[in-house]
Amino acid sequence: MTAPREHGAPADIQSGDAVSGTHPVQVHRYKAAARINHWITAASLILLAVSGMSLFTPNLFFLTGLFSGGQWTRTIHPWIGLVLFFSFSLLFVRFWRANLPVQADRTWLAKIGDVLRNRDDDLPELGKYNAGQKFVFWSMSALILVLISTGIVIWDQYFSPFTTIEVKRLAVLAHALAAIFAICVWIIHVYAAIWVKGTFSAMTHGVVTGGWAWRHHRKWLRELVVKVDGSKAAEIPHPHSATGPSSSPRRPS
Amino acid sequence: MFPPIPNASVAGEASRPRFSERDLVRRSASEVALPTTRLTEIAKLIDVTKCIGCKACQSACLEWNNLHEDIGYNHGVYDNPMDLTPNTFTLMRFTEWDNPESGHLEWLIRKDGCMHCADPGCLKACPSPGAIVQYSNGIVDFFHENCIGCGYCIKGCPFNIPRISKTDHTAYKCTLCSDRIAVGQGPACQKACPTQAIVFGTKDEMKAWAEFRIKDLKSRGFEHAGLYDPPGVGGTHVMYVLHHADKPSLYAGLPDDPSISRVVKVWKGVTKYFGMALMGAAALAGLAHYAVAGPNKVTEEDEDSAGSLATGRDLQPPRGHA
Amino acid sequence: MTNPWTDIKNTDLVVIMGGNAAEAHPCGFKWVTEAKANRGAKLIVVDPRFTRSASVADYYAPIRQGTDIAFLLGVINYCIANDKVQWDYTKTFTNASYLVKDGFEYADGLFSGYDESKRDYDNETWEYQVGPDGYALVDETLQHPRCVWNLLKQHVAQYTTEMVERICGTPKDKFLTVAQMIAECSSPTKAMTSMYALGWTQHSKGAQNIRTMAMLQLILGNIGIRGGGMNALRGHSNIQGLTDIGLLSNMLPGYMNLPVDSETSFDRYMSTRAYKPLRPGQTSYWQNYRKFFVSLMKAMYGSAATLENDWAYDYLPKLDVGNYDILRAFELMKQGKMNLYFCQGFNPLQAFPNKAKLAEGLSKLKLLVVMDPLQTETARFWENHGLYNDAATAKIKTEVIQFPTTCFAEDEGSLVNSGRWLQWHWSGGTPPGEAHTDAWIMAQIFVRLRELYRKEGGAFPDPILNLNWSYADPGEPTPEELAKEMNGYALADVADPANPSRKVFQRGKQLSGFGDYQDDGSTAGGCWIFAGSFTEAGNMMARRDNSDPDDTGMYLNWSFAWPANRRILYNRASCDLDGKPWDPSRKLLEWDGAKWSGYDVPDIAPTAKPRDVGPYIMNAEGVGRLFVRGMMRDGPFPTHYEPFESPILNPVAPKIRGNPASRVFADDWKQFADIGSPAFPYAATSYRLTEHFHYWTKNNHVNAVLQPESFVEISVELAEEKGIVKGGWVRVWSMRGELFAKAVVTKRIKPMICDGKTVHIVGIPIHWGFVGAARKGFPANVLTPFVGDANIETPEFKAFMVNIESSSGPVA
Repeated sequence: MTAPREHGAPADIQSGDAVSGTHPVQVHRYKAAARINHWITAASLILLAVSGMSLFTPNLFFLTGLFSGGQWTRTIHPWIGLVLFFSFSLLFVRFWRANLPVQADRTWLAKIGDVLRNRDDDLPELGKYNAGQKFVFWSMSALILVLISTGIVIWDQYFSPFTTIEVKRLAVLAHALAAIFAICVWIIHVYAAIWVKGTFSAMTHGVVTGGWAWRHHRKWLRELVVKVDGSKAAEIPHPHSATGPSSSPRRPS
Repeated sequence: MFPPIPNASVAGEASRPRFSERDLVRRSASEVALPTTRLTEIAKLIDVTKCIGCKACQSACLEWNNLHEDIGYNHGVYDNPMDLTPNTFTLMRFTEWDNPESGHLEWLIRKDGCMHCADPGCLKACPSPGAIVQYSNGIVDFFHENCIGCGYCIKGCPFNIPRISKTDHTAYKCTLCSDRIAVGQGPACQKACPTQAIVFGTKDEMKAWAEFRIKDLKSRGFEHAGLYDPPGVGGTHVMYVLHHADKPSLYAGLPDDPSISRVVKVWKGVTKYFGMALMGAAALAGLAHYAVAGPNKVTEEDEDSAGSLATGRDLQPPRGHA
Repeated sequence: MTNPWTDIKNTDLVVIMGGNAAEAHPCGFKWVTEAKANRGAKLIVVDPRFTRSASVADYYAPIRQGTDIAFLLGVINYCIANDKVQWDYTKTFTNASYLVKDGFEYADGLFSGYDESKRDYDNETWEYQVGPDGYALVDETLQHPRCVWNLLKQHVAQYTTEMVERICGTPKDKFLTVAQMIAECSSPTKAMTSMYALGWTQHSKGAQNIRTMAMLQLILGNIGIRGGGMNALRGHSNIQGLTDIGLLSNMLPGYMNLPVDSETSFDRYMSTRAYKPLRPGQTSYWQNYRKFFVSLMKAMYGSAATLENDWAYDYLPKLDVGNYDILRAFELMKQGKMNLYFCQGFNPLQAFPNKAKLAEGLSKLKLLVVMDPLQTETARFWENHGLYNDAATAKIKTEVIQFPTTCFAEDEGSLVNSGRWLQWHWSGGTPPGEAHTDAWIMAQIFVRLRELYRKEGGAFPDPILNLNWSYADPGEPTPEELAKEMNGYALADVADPANPSRKVFQRGKQLSGFGDYQDDGSTAGGCWIFAGSFTEAGNMMARRDNSDPDDTGMYLNWSFAWPANRRILYNRASCDLDGKPWDPSRKLLEWDGAKWSGYDVPDIAPTAKPRDVGPYIMNAEGVGRLFVRGMMRDGPFPTHYEPFESPILNPVAPKIRGNPASRVFADDWKQFADIGSPAFPYAATSYRLTEHFHYWTKNNHVNAVLQPESFVEISVELAEEKGIVKGGWVRVWSMRGELFAKAVVTKRIKPMICDGKTVHIVGIPIHWGFVGAARKGFPANVLTPFVGDANIETPEFKAFMVNIESSSGPVA
């Protein structure tokens, strides 16, 4: 499952990460498998949030209508949970190395005020992920682990005999809390994608612009360029051109 | 003898239910308009000290409710089945206890089943509107058409009573024979009890009757005889007379001081508000930030820099350290 | 029962011994809880196991099964020694003062006159000294060494507290507590009731178990009073009715009995039955025997029974042996001497001892007819169910015919409860399939049989051809017709002897009571004790008026109680010699100077003067018997005998094995474990559970849910010793067979020390078999010995020896 990593390559370069073209520079951020993986995860997370919240508070119980009623909501929620868990596990395997914290993250975090004010000039050059993205990654990982384990405990249909009611009570509380936090993290995640323009295409087409990479993940971009120089850049296909990377020269303005 | 409840009248009038949806005081996951007049509170009193463990109540319950329990095995005890099930709403639990004070063996036999709490944990935990209701006479009843089978009632219950059916995936428990009581009858178990260990009437009558019983028990040397009507759940509409009311847990783990678990209270209380607030806050914070700081856009310079880097003409040294 | 169920609420002390009322009679037990709750009554349970009854008792004392007589004689000894005797009652209402013949004696476990070769007594000496006037001699001062009281004192003297502990295993302090509580009831204002059942009857000395308590109750003055009595709790809802109408092989309806071979003439038969009073002025109600008998014969044979033919006396079969009891029947089957057997509402393959022997007997029959509402093991005895019923099907030639019958809820009629109430019931449903009432089946067989006799003749067809069968539909007599016949009716106009112009009753009318019965053929009555149950006023058994003036518990207008709607037998004994109640708060009757009246129907002639006529009107003495003369086969006093299989030698008579007067068939001796045999070291007992009724309810799903699988109960100590785990399988075996069951390991059974030896108890519920809804299992009778009580042949199910081991469960 783990994409083979070239020996000696930086941890935040993953299989499929590449630059292509010069003007504009295209940066390949997520290959198709990763994108599918992400969207399955995203879809299950949304379904889980909706179904879960419908059972969490009577004000949202009407949402069970989306799943053709409470019985179906109750039935389907844990199964989606399983999908999420396995889907996210794959994502985890894909991304965990790139999300290992580094020194620059600390500097970046120290300047979080600048980040929020869109003042990027003084921020350190970052690898594939900034500390915020890493926070989303690791907190989701932890929360999903909590959700799956507590979810199993309260999946009465199959697992009720294995735990005491007291354990189930704690589990249901932990499940609710973890879900709340997971939804908050998800809000942050989604908002960040809206706020930081140019991000969506990473998960839609798998590609970001060179400018986006330069602005937000410059170290990663540099690494990719080095990687291209060290190998055969020409062999990396340009996503927007059938004729190759050099066919669309663009002058710097 | 406690005056027996007269047999059902066959007059048409008698079969008209005496309480209905209008008499609800609580309804799970929803609000109800409180009834203008409340029914008299009723209660079932189980006198453990008169109980001979004959299981007539258990069989009457199966028969009246038309339940089909599986034929199990013997597990080295008199209890059968071994636990409450979706088909066994009531169960005799047998405990052999050596009384260290008297030096005598006691065989404590308790009829387990829903206690019909004044403050029902099941109802508090239930997420499905109208799946659990409480009538003003004290009966806590499950409406299966509204039940989604989530099992939250099990977690809410301080007495470990509801059970989820593997067949229709809804929760079952003693209804206090609400269908019988609605037409002026007593519960089936009470009707079947040969020794009047189970009696039924208004809650006040039952408390008075319990006093009478406790006096007798004290005269026999059970100085701790008493009524089990635990205040932690606001009192119950199924009560016990115990010889050892100071130690309810002797009776097959009857909770000494039951109340809705703090965990459940946190879950169904503060967590709900905190969670909704937190999620709302996160969304609002995003909106506010966007309004104030605006989007973070990639500039032409960024693109150029990237281009320069890609073509090897980048003169800008890396910032910071990797 | 001497008293009705409802009267138990009036008691001060309930002694449950030889029974387990809460477990086996839960509905009747409500009156115990009433007495406890409202009167502050106490409940004592004496049992080898801490039972469901014990769970609500004030005091429990353990006892080794089969030692009740020693315990109770110990209590009698305690009462005598501590002057806890209701003296006025004992002196005047019992035969304490009667002088016994000089030849009577007891030594080493035997009474005078024993013949070991016959296992029987010549009881000629078991009799009173009779004066020249024909009356028994008495010494009202109780000083005479041969008076019953002094003989009794002497007889019970050896049952000291120490001896009771040695025999029964009951710790001294527990015995003394029980004895003390019982002795309190010698006060005229305290009443004790004895509730017993098969725990006393199912022993080789069952009848004497009951007698011992009856004697105790007499000296405590507890018979005939509210809240007192000897209360036999009947198992089947109509088993009281079974004995009432004489369904035992040696009985006729109303406790009359069948002639024996030597009674070749009616006069000879009557000479030993119509007892003359043994004291002046006594009622001796059996003097009316001829009236009851002649009326019975008129009911049976109608116009064929005449004065000239001694009321068809010759039609009656004459017994060549004491009793064709069920044990004998199966012995005869086994010997090939009985080849047709009718099982009507009876499942003997489960209900009688030594299943292997029973199956062998059934296999030798030519025809077995089973009438039952349910499928029974007996009807399927030939079916192979592996270990559960290892029948050699191919070798069995017995033809089995099953007649499905209605069950009690599908037919109409009366049931006689333990309190002798004949309660009419109505059909609550239609019988399924081809099921018919028992009366229909029997009538259909009879009508066809009679036709065969009419056509083909036979050695002696008269009793069949002349049977009075004047029912509207000969193919199906109705319950009402049968009930009216049992009540009795007039065959001629009968005039009042005092005033011949006045007719007491008219031909064809229902009799109003057994006082109307005549010995001249003018009345017919099928069961004299039921007279009054269906009169010209209608069906008295169907009455449902539950009014009860002053809450005495008598309910005189609810159904009908035999005899004469009397609710408490011997109720005249509730009053002192002057006819005033012993306890005014417990008034039942009172003599107002001219007549008896009160809450119950007086059990004495209404104008019989209290000082003249004794309360025990059925006895020729007019008093209760502490010494029973020759009326019981195994002795006029009870004495302790060990069960035939026992862990120890009899401490009071080491040379005596079992009950010396019990009949034992030769082959069965070989299947008894030796006394104290190390191969069978554990004392077993069998019993019923609340959740089941015999072998019926295992056919019912709900009951099967409540107790699904067979088990045996043992102590924690024995389980540890034998490596048996709670809920695990065990194998239990005796000299006669083996069973597999789950182990219920409990604190409610504890080992006892008897005669210095540790005795472990193995409890075996009886309910399982190879048909029904419950899990297949073994009935307890695979283990039990084939021996019965000396007097009535009730099998010794309650005390036998087994071995036990941990097992992996039954594998076929």
